[in-house]
Amino acid sequence: MRPSVQRYRNILDFALSSLLRRKGRNLALICVYTLVVFVIASLIFFVQALKREARELLVQAPDMVVQRMVAGRHDPMPVAQAETIRAIRGVEAVQPRLWGYYYDPVYGGNLTVMATDDTALAVESVWVGQGVARSMRVKEGDMISLRGYAGPMLFSIQKVLPEESELVSSDLILMSPQDVRSLFNLSEGLATDLAVQAGNPRELPTIAAKIVEQFPDARPILKSEILRTYEAIFDWRGGLMVVVLSSAILSFIIFAWDKATGLSAEERKEVGILKSIGWESADVLLLKFWEGSVVSLTAFLGGVLLAYVHVFFFSASLFEHALKGWSVLFPRYRLLPALDGYQLAVLFFLTVLPYTAATLVPIWRAATVDPDAAMRS
Amino acid sequence: MIQHPGVLALLLASGLVSLLLLAAGWQGLRILRGWNLQSGSEVQLDLERRTYLVSTLVANALVIQILSLFLFIFTAEGLHTQFVGAMCAAGSLAVNAFGYPTLLAKIATCLVAGVWLILHRADTQGHDYPLIRPKYVLLLILVPMVLAETWLQASYLAGLKADVMTSCCGSLFGQGREGLVAELAGLPPRIMQPAFWITLGAFVAAGVLLLRTRRGAGVFSVLSLAFLLVSVTSLVSFFCLYIYELPTHHCPFCLLQREYGFVGYPIYGTLLGGAILGLGVGALAPFRARKSLSEALPRMQARLAWSALVLALIFTLIVGIWMVLSPLKL
Amino acid sequence: MIELSRVVKTYQAGLATPFTAVDDVSLRIPAGKVTVLKGPSGSGKTTLLTLIGCMARPTSGRIHLHGLPAGTLPQLTEGDALEITSLPERFLTAIRRRTFGFIFQQFNLVRGISVLENVMLPTYPTGEDHAWVEARAIERLGELGLLRHLHASVDRLSGGEAQRVAIARALINEPAVIIADEPTAHLDSRLSEDFMELMGQFKAAGKTLLITSHDPIVHGSPLADVVVEMRDGRIVAGS
Ligand SMILES: Nc1ncnc2c1ncn2[C@@H]1O[C@H](COP(=O)(O)OP(=O)(O)O)[C@@H](O)[C@H]1O
Ligand SMILES: [Mg+2]
Repeated sequence: MRPSVQRYRNILDFALSSLLRRKGRNLALICVYTLVVFVIASLIFFVQALKREARELLVQAPDMVVQRMVAGRHDPMPVAQAETIRAIRGVEAVQPRLWGYYYDPVYGGNLTVMATDDTALAVESVWVGQGVARSMRVKEGDMISLRGYAGPMLFSIQKVLPEESELVSSDLILMSPQDVRSLFNLSEGLATDLAVQAGNPRELPTIAAKIVEQFPDARPILKSEILRTYEAIFDWRGGLMVVVLSSAILSFIIFAWDKATGLSAEERKEVGILKSIGWESADVLLLKFWEGSVVSLTAFLGGVLLAYVHVFFFSASLFEHALKGWSVLFPRYRLLPALDGYQLAVLFFLTVLPYTAATLVPIWRAATVDPDAAMRS
Repeated sequence: MIQHPGVLALLLASGLVSLLLLAAGWQGLRILRGWNLQSGSEVQLDLERRTYLVSTLVANALVIQILSLFLFIFTAEGLHTQFVGAMCAAGSLAVNAFGYPTLLAKIATCLVAGVWLILHRADTQGHDYPLIRPKYVLLLILVPMVLAETWLQASYLAGLKADVMTSCCGSLFGQGREGLVAELAGLPPRIMQPAFWITLGAFVAAGVLLLRTRRGAGVFSVLSLAFLLVSVTSLVSFFCLYIYELPTHHCPFCLLQREYGFVGYPIYGTLLGGAILGLGVGALAPFRARKSLSEALPRMQARLAWSALVLALIFTLIVGIWMVLSPLKL
Repeated sequence: MIELSRVVKTYQAGLATPFTAVDDVSLRIPAGKVTVLKGPSGSGKTTLLTLIGCMARPTSGRIHLHGLPAGTLPQLTEGDALEITSLPERFLTAIRRRTFGFIFQQFNLVRGISVLENVMLPTYPTGEDHAWVEARAIERLGELGLLRHLHASVDRLSGGEAQRVAIARALINEPAVIIADEPTAHLDSRLSEDFMELMGQFKAAGKTLLITSHDPIVHGSPLADVVVEMRDGRIVAGS
């Protein structure tokens, strides 16, 4: 081995043995460090997973939805407009959609009611999502009663939708178009909105512009816009939490600084001995650098691992309170594991860099002890 | 936009780098003013101890700066969905006037910090701190550069406003946002291709001359910088087309994506590393006359030049392989 | 040979309370001989050792090292005298590693690690081949009768054993000069005699020895070729 490489190895070995010799002290540091990484990592992973879920949710959504706006509010749309829109160049298909929200007082939340053309679904029966089944405590074959426009309506549950990604179907109730119409009192010839499919997605903006031109009361919404809005909201929420947590980061920096500055008398003496027997400041700096790296790496990996388990196996249960606002959007989630290099890099920046920076000056101070200090004590 | 975790990380990193360099610059100023090697006074001994602090601070700042260069590109990439018309990082950077200047400033600070560390390394080879003055003068130049970069980046990030859907109006329609990249992409391969090979040839020739005769360090340095610029331009203009296998995709940032096997990392790593080493050769050249460095410097320059050439050849090999193997033919 | 001319070491020089620990000392320390510095506590002996041993830099004056092996510093050729008073720390350290072996008053062993590791510790930064260093360390420890304690923690050693470990450590880099600061301060007289016998062996092996002591067993020993007496930072007799 080349001497310069051997030097790195020797000093790394000694750093490891030094860390082990001061187990108690270093363990306390690593625990706090791991906790900080864990909290921030949980948050970042959680937001990332939600973003991914939202993106997957939208994969099945149409490229563009056209709504009708009356007095600034969303209003049912004449189905006849579909024909006019289909005539626009570049439009491949237009599909009128029937859906709405149903507020359930027992459940305490909004359910999404949607019509499906699937002929397997009989009139006066429904398919429900996992979330609906869970909260109403119903199963296949049971009956549920919904308050319709003309009084209570009774439906038999034909199927509980499978739990692929819960977000898609959790709060969903599917029924036949005519049931939707009578539930919401929508007359024939009106739809909630129109789903527009374009041959080439690049032409969507042009198509949207033409629709607005022909129907001034139409509001076309592109899938990409929804995606953009979701992402912005998630980032904003997640970032807000990180901002709040930065107080945690800050106190951690102070803690690290304090730990590093308050090198124990024993440690200080040891550095003095090393310098007196022929170690140079640069060697001690390298030693302390290795020690810091091992501590950081251990805490980082530990924190990431714990956060992974927390978010993807326990659905971020520790954050339930803080993140309650999101549960309106996603009634209950079982997040699919998702982890990428970028998230880890951001996490590294937010945790390891402040720690490293905070310890630089104390380390330098320790490393530049006079070698002759060890000759008197 | 400030709340995006990546943006926070970037702001934190540039804040830290600024802090480290301000501290280093302050120590550097003290060293420049109080330095007297002949004296064995406590003050001088203390200043000598502080040189270790400065080099530690700058080395750490450089590492953070290089990491944050990549994080910056990645964050821009991740944010592109929030801007209408932005297809990737190239579009996000063009959202306001500070995007590309920030990127350039980051690269420039990496280069200067790298050269500083090379000067420092040379300084430690001489027994009388031969480069103490030039080194700390360069440091005092680096500090405002880093502060400027921090300011540019903060302005860029603060100026990012997502094109969020609002309830009152529906669609937003934007046109393509490409900025600097679009202009570089406009350079026809017909011109850039020969330009690249000529620059490479000149660079290698200067390197061989330097290794043989120990002369021409300045020319070598200038050519290494030219090689960086021409290579990046050529990447945008034609090399990346072969990698993407698309005749119209000019983005220099997508190379860093998984789809292309992260080939961007070796590509930019070799370019940036080669430029730092090449510039280092030239930065050392004026000091060859210093007695205490008369032996160490030429050896060091030769090593740096060798490494710079090897990196340039690795770069050429990577893009060359893609050029030959790509199904795309221009 | 080591040559000091008009060496001064002032602590806190240029600050509010300067204290001159070594004052205008000129001295020649011959190669291959035993030189003993004696004098009362506080007279500046230890300070002088740190200056000679490249651990600290004098405030003024010159120290020349003669007969250093070529390659100690890049520019040094065989036979040159090296002036060390204004060298930066990393060069002083490089010289110290190759030239001087230190035996400290308090032994200065690193607690919690084994005897063998303590002896090898000075070589870690040099990046020498690990196996080769280990063989050498075991040989040294064997010569000093410490093989039994090879893997024992240094915390459990007796005073005499601890000092022999420190001696093995001082020898690991095969230095030409051995510097010992009050080596017998923590030893009883029998152990002190043993120590001087060991020093005799080193002298016979051609090493230069520099020892400070106010113990008559040391400065009264027939081994001592030169005895220098110090008081209040100055040399009062014997130079
Ligand atoms: N770092 C220091 N700062 C100030 N005074 C010191 C320092 N080190 C030693 N001294 C003083 O220098 C004097 C000489 O110390 P020393 O060389 O250890 O003497 P000796 O070894 O002969 O006992 C003592 O008075 C001591 O207090
Ligand atoms: Mg003493």
